[in-house]
Amino acid sequence: MKNIVIIGNGVAGITAARHIRKKSDHKITIISGETKYFFSRTALMYVFMGHMKFEHTQPYENWFWKKNRIDLVQSYVNNVDINTKTLKLDNGETLSYDDLIIATGSKPNKFGWPGQDLKAVTGMYSKQDLDTITEYAKDCKRAVIVGGGLIGIEMAEMLASKNIPVTFLVREASFWNGVLPAQESEMINRHIKEHHIDLRLETNLVEILGDEHGRVKAITTDKGETIECNLVGLTAGVSPNVNFLKDSGIELDRGVLVNRQLETNIPNIYAIGDCAQQHQAIGERRPIEAVWYTGRMMGETVARTICGTPSTYQPGHWFNSAKFLDIEYQTYGWIWAKPRENEARFYWEHKDGKKSIHINYDKNTKEFIGINNFGIRMRHNVFDKWLTEKRTIEHVLEHLKDANFDPEFYAQHESEIIQKFNIENGTSLVTKKKSWKRIFQKA
Amino acid sequence: MKTIKNIGYIITFLGFAFFIGSIFTGTYKVTPDTYHSWIESKGIKSEIFIENTKNEIVNKEMSAWDLSNIILKNAKISNKYLKEQQEIEWNKIIHIKWSKTSKEYIYPLVRKSATGWFINNTFLWFFLTFGLAIIGGLLVFIPDYKLLGPAGIKNNGLFQHSATNRGIIGLLTAFFFVSFYIFLYFFPNLIVNPILAVNGISKALNGNSASQWFLYGFMYCSVMTVFAVRMFIKYRHNKYQMIRTGVVLFFQVAFAFLIPEILVAFNKPWFDFKNAWPLNYTFFFDWNLNTLINSGNLGVFMLVWGIVLTAVIVPVMVYFYGKRWYCSWVCGCGGLAETLGDPYRQLSDKSLFSWKIERWLIHGVLVFATIMTALTLYVYFAEIPSWKELFWGISVYDVQTWYGFFIGSIFSGVIGTGFYPILGNRVWCRFGCPLAAYLGLVQRFKSRFRITTNGGQCISCGNCSTYCEQGIDVRSYAQKGQNIVRSSCVGCGVCSAVCPRGVLKLENGDDTGSSRTEVNDVLLGNDIDLLSMTKKND
Repeated sequence: MKNIVIIGNGVAGITAARHIRKKSDHKITIISGETKYFFSRTALMYVFMGHMKFEHTQPYENWFWKKNRIDLVQSYVNNVDINTKTLKLDNGETLSYDDLIIATGSKPNKFGWPGQDLKAVTGMYSKQDLDTITEYAKDCKRAVIVGGGLIGIEMAEMLASKNIPVTFLVREASFWNGVLPAQESEMINRHIKEHHIDLRLETNLVEILGDEHGRVKAITTDKGETIECNLVGLTAGVSPNVNFLKDSGIELDRGVLVNRQLETNIPNIYAIGDCAQQHQAIGERRPIEAVWYTGRMMGETVARTICGTPSTYQPGHWFNSAKFLDIEYQTYGWIWAKPRENEARFYWEHKDGKKSIHINYDKNTKEFIGINNFGIRMRHNVFDKWLTEKRTIEHVLEHLKDANFDPEFYAQHESEIIQKFNIENGTSLVTKKKSWKRIFQKA
Repeated sequence: MKTIKNIGYIITFLGFAFFIGSIFTGTYKVTPDTYHSWIESKGIKSEIFIENTKNEIVNKEMSAWDLSNIILKNAKISNKYLKEQQEIEWNKIIHIKWSKTSKEYIYPLVRKSATGWFINNTFLWFFLTFGLAIIGGLLVFIPDYKLLGPAGIKNNGLFQHSATNRGIIGLLTAFFFVSFYIFLYFFPNLIVNPILAVNGISKALNGNSASQWFLYGFMYCSVMTVFAVRMFIKYRHNKYQMIRTGVVLFFQVAFAFLIPEILVAFNKPWFDFKNAWPLNYTFFFDWNLNTLINSGNLGVFMLVWGIVLTAVIVPVMVYFYGKRWYCSWVCGCGGLAETLGDPYRQLSDKSLFSWKIERWLIHGVLVFATIMTALTLYVYFAEIPSWKELFWGISVYDVQTWYGFFIGSIFSGVIGTGFYPILGNRVWCRFGCPLAAYLGLVQRFKSRFRITTNGGQCISCGNCSTYCEQGIDVRSYAQKGQNIVRSSCVGCGVCSAVCPRGVLKLENGDDTGSSRTEVNDVLLGNDIDLLSMTKKND
């Protein structure tokens, strides 16, 4: 029986713990300073908006941990001693381990803006951040969000739901256009404005100004404008939370460097989730993937390795999803902001301007490379199969009904979509009826 | 818009204030004719009771409360006197029970003796109660079209508002609901004025004066209609919700209200064609069977239909579409839960413990209903009077009474609906309804229905579990990539609606066994080959 210690109780660490428990009788200890119990970070916004209570974000009831003999320690780790295999906690205690899993996640980026440590200036990442926002939102006349990514728009939605006027500073010329192609990015720009959020494109934060109590009172932008505000959200991305490992001897770059087995340079020490960085990026994926499901997958993988079945982290075909205010977004495979040399695109947008699909395919072979779908839900297993089978865009469009995952009775747009493709490409494709048989067929 | 909404609140409250306030006012005058036919129809034989009450009530104007109290008081005096006699004349004793005496003895007299303003101004009275409440309710909800912003999931502030998070407004609402059910079921003699508000409508529909059940039916339909408008606005981006709400409202208004009332107008039995046994637990009671058998071809058709509905239509439809076709598309209880109850759906308990209680309770009620019905049919065909002792001093009538009281009234009404603002909107459907238990068994073991989980897209946010009115921990399945196949799921579709990542879809798929519950490991990052390797090494 090994003594396994996991630093971090996010989805990666918790998944690892659960699967180690399923497969073994090892002693498991999870350390987190943020909260005692696992909660879903992705749901913090809903707690603020009053859709949920904090306890609803906890996927397991509180008795779960004791019943599964998973010890929880609420503390931060100050440093790791790889020679004596011990951890120093900020409450003064030390803890020894046989195997150590580092799953410390991310922290919001701060780029050295003057005033970034003032009161009511915060990221939107941790439970503590949520508490800060809740506190300062009470008497907030205007909020400014800095950084046009997924967390930025969530924070804008949160504050707008409380009827707080929000100014949203985005460095790029269009929302999230480093990731989204121009059409989708423009659609989201429109939707942000529809929600009366004051979207300022190509605008950067210069300085955050404080009042006599040390709380933010205004910000200035590179357009020379001063915007009065009582709350500033810094949402310009996240980076691995690994500072405490600096002098530990564990090899770091931006994150903790790991191989495909998620092992660090030190035996018996693993890193998973947002804080792990692959030596070699897997396929087109980034070396650091701060995505919910990759944390979960890495947790399962490392659990198998630790329990005697050395396993490789195999995230499979890229997929992701998000929700921009009222518009849902899913993506399967790859579709970059700008097409690569060998790539062609097909874009369809519904006349209401809130639904679209954008398909990326190979110009020459017609092989399907990826899709963005906005306002229409698509079936993961069907797209995953098409990617594995290297299907053509024609095959994808003809069988698009198989992939539709919208609730029953929703308007179906497959014929309209295929018609547009036919007109643009001089083809005469016809949509096939949905087939359960095909949907369940394995690749 | 905000102003219109606030005006709406004020108008609604006025309507309710008139409705509730009328309980404490109004006069009743028992005419000699009414009095005598009442004594006769109730078979009252105690001379002392008749003499006293005649003196105290006939041709006198008084409130419903006083009238009721005088009758009760004299019944007690009479009983006491009779029991003091050497030889007790049992046939003159008036059996007093709080849950029965008021509604069975007192109510008919009070109902007939209403006089004055309320009975003479039927339409104005209707306007001041239902009229104001309905108009006000619509004014409250329609501005949401603008106030809530662009169409989408807008559950903002539900857990921060007193009305929807078990705060003081929620508790007061629950108190109002519970009180209403207690008056309706046990003390209708005290709500005659509210009943008079719908007297005109009842007379127009089938020529009869309104009873407490007509009031309930009309109120049920009105409440559902107003809250259906709220649903249409809230879920205007979601066709499944729009159509489902429209259909369940139609079934309530047409099948549970208009058709039965019109049947009565043609001297046919009051019959709700969609109400299936064992939810409709009186279906096999002797009085109902006799009524149907004695109502000609239509009655026989109703009898056969009722049996076919339970035995064939219900399970076959559950096989193809899941129990949702009944519970959230057709059923009246479900209809109320999905309209009036929608603001409270998040209050259902999601713990494993409550799931345990749920399984014991709901299947217990199913067993209870089945045994009661079996006994009922046994004595019916064996031609044993239902009041006759069968065993341990218990008659079938006793069993029926207990079921009617504990399950039919207390559980389904007082707790099931009364506790919406505390326990969530499906308390009855989740913990008590025997029909739901029956449908659930079919759904769990033999059905094409499932909620499909979309591969690996779940982010464990918990919106689905939070908004599941049946207290299913949807997330616990979704985050593992498992489809949700649960007996209690009524297929309301809200988990799918609130999911921010497009993970859940209610569908009727192939019933090829494994496809319903199979997990696709590749999507979850677990290569199949690797898994089989793990198994070998273990």
